[in-house]
Amino acid sequence: MAEVSFIDEVCSIPGGEAIRSCIQCGMCTGSCPTASRWDYPPRKVIAMVRAGLRDELLSSNSMWFCASCYTCTVRCPRDIKPTEIMHVLEVLAIKDGLSTKRSRTPVMYQCFVDSAKDNGRVYELGMMLKLFLKTNPFAALKLAPVGLGLLLHQRLPLKPNRIKGIAQLRAILDKAKALGGAK
Amino acid sequence: MKNYSYFPGCSAEATASPLGLSVLPVAKELGMDLTELEDWGCCGSSPFGSVDKLEATCIAARNLALAEKAGLDLVTPCSNCFVVLRGADANLKQYPALRRQVREALSAAKLDYKGGVRVRHLAEVIYTDITPRVIEAKVTKPLKGLKVAPYYGCQLVRPDGFDNPESPHSLDELVASLGADAVSWELKARCCGSSLVMPELEVALGLIHKLLRNAQENGAQCLVTPCPLCQINLDAYQSLVNRRFKTKYNLPVLFLTQLVGVALGIRPEELGLSRNIVSPMRVLAPYL
Repeated sequence: MAEVSFIDEVCSIPGGEAIRSCIQCGMCTGSCPTASRWDYPPRKVIAMVRAGLRDELLSSNSMWFCASCYTCTVRCPRDIKPTEIMHVLEVLAIKDGLSTKRSRTPVMYQCFVDSAKDNGRVYELGMMLKLFLKTNPFAALKLAPVGLGLLLHQRLPLKPNRIKGIAQLRAILDKAKALGGAK
Repeated sequence: MKNYSYFPGCSAEATASPLGLSVLPVAKELGMDLTELEDWGCCGSSPFGSVDKLEATCIAARNLALAEKAGLDLVTPCSNCFVVLRGADANLKQYPALRRQVREALSAAKLDYKGGVRVRHLAEVIYTDITPRVIEAKVTKPLKGLKVAPYYGCQLVRPDGFDNPESPHSLDELVASLGADAVSWELKARCCGSSLVMPELEVALGLIHKLLRNAQENGAQCLVTPCPLCQINLDAYQSLVNRRFKTKYNLPVLFLTQLVGVALGIRPEELGLSRNIVSPMRVLAPYL
């Protein structure tokens, strides 16, 4: 079987299919509130997908700075939905073990997913503690005043809240895993 | 009474507990009958869709399947749950192969989703179904003279929420219906950094700082937002912004339901006002 090109791979995942319509106008980069932090800003990300620079892009910090504000998506004159494309790139980076260690975001997302799977609802305190244990425990010190403030204002429960249908949820997710990635 | 299925979202039980608390008495006062969706689970939220699209759609679809059985509009006060549940519903309609996979996965739990649920944001329901005109007539404590900056955030109005995605006006009208002055400010629908605040604190603090500065420069005494992530970032992280940028912001950030509740004369305890990190008691004192 011939190797699938990077752009075909992105196009084949829900949300990625419109990328060929991009005219490189730069509206996405100009609209992005975090673009200055990206290794390659949004317009360039799309150019790199089209140029087939797969490993270079998937190992960059770029898409991990997307906050899903959808400003680029509503402004894009070609309706290519850059926000969705960033999510597709994040999925591919995780799948291939390429996600960068220079951002804590990939680890945070994984901690979030684990928490949702463990309890059926996200346990915010547990997720935050896991994130900092897995990345840099000292970085948690900076956030200590925030955590304490939330705790003192009854906004940080110390116990997770588990759904009754957790076995049901796990059966669904196990089945999904067996079916492979989104087609 | 108007009937809805209610999806609080995980944060309304924890870091956004003032939201979870204030929704119920306000809904009752406004004639909305919210029935909490039985055994709802996490919507998947944005992070799940960045890790595994199929699993993310499945975790959202379980909730849609439960809501379809209930047969009512599914209303959430969380902007992220709103975008994610609506996005999952739209994707299931747009991508037949994804729909087949998700229905097969749901069948492992004897559930099915046929695409019959309308996902709505609580702020949109308050605006559209209740309307500012009706709210105005129910106000017992008009918030005369209070300067409020309506903060829409992102996911209430984008990618295809309700209202104008660049220059929304619905919250402005709701604020005005309470007797308060809606402050006009440029950044009312710009990003607060959302969950990036945890892994990328510096980036988020910069965005939060810009928002607080713009609201204050335009004369706001407080902000109001429907979104739990926005409220947490602007409220709980305000002291870190002050430390980082040597500023002295002391701007209370209220949930929409808290502000509406005050104007409807609901007691502060029922609205969780003591749970806001930056205390709103000083600016609200004349109306309590």
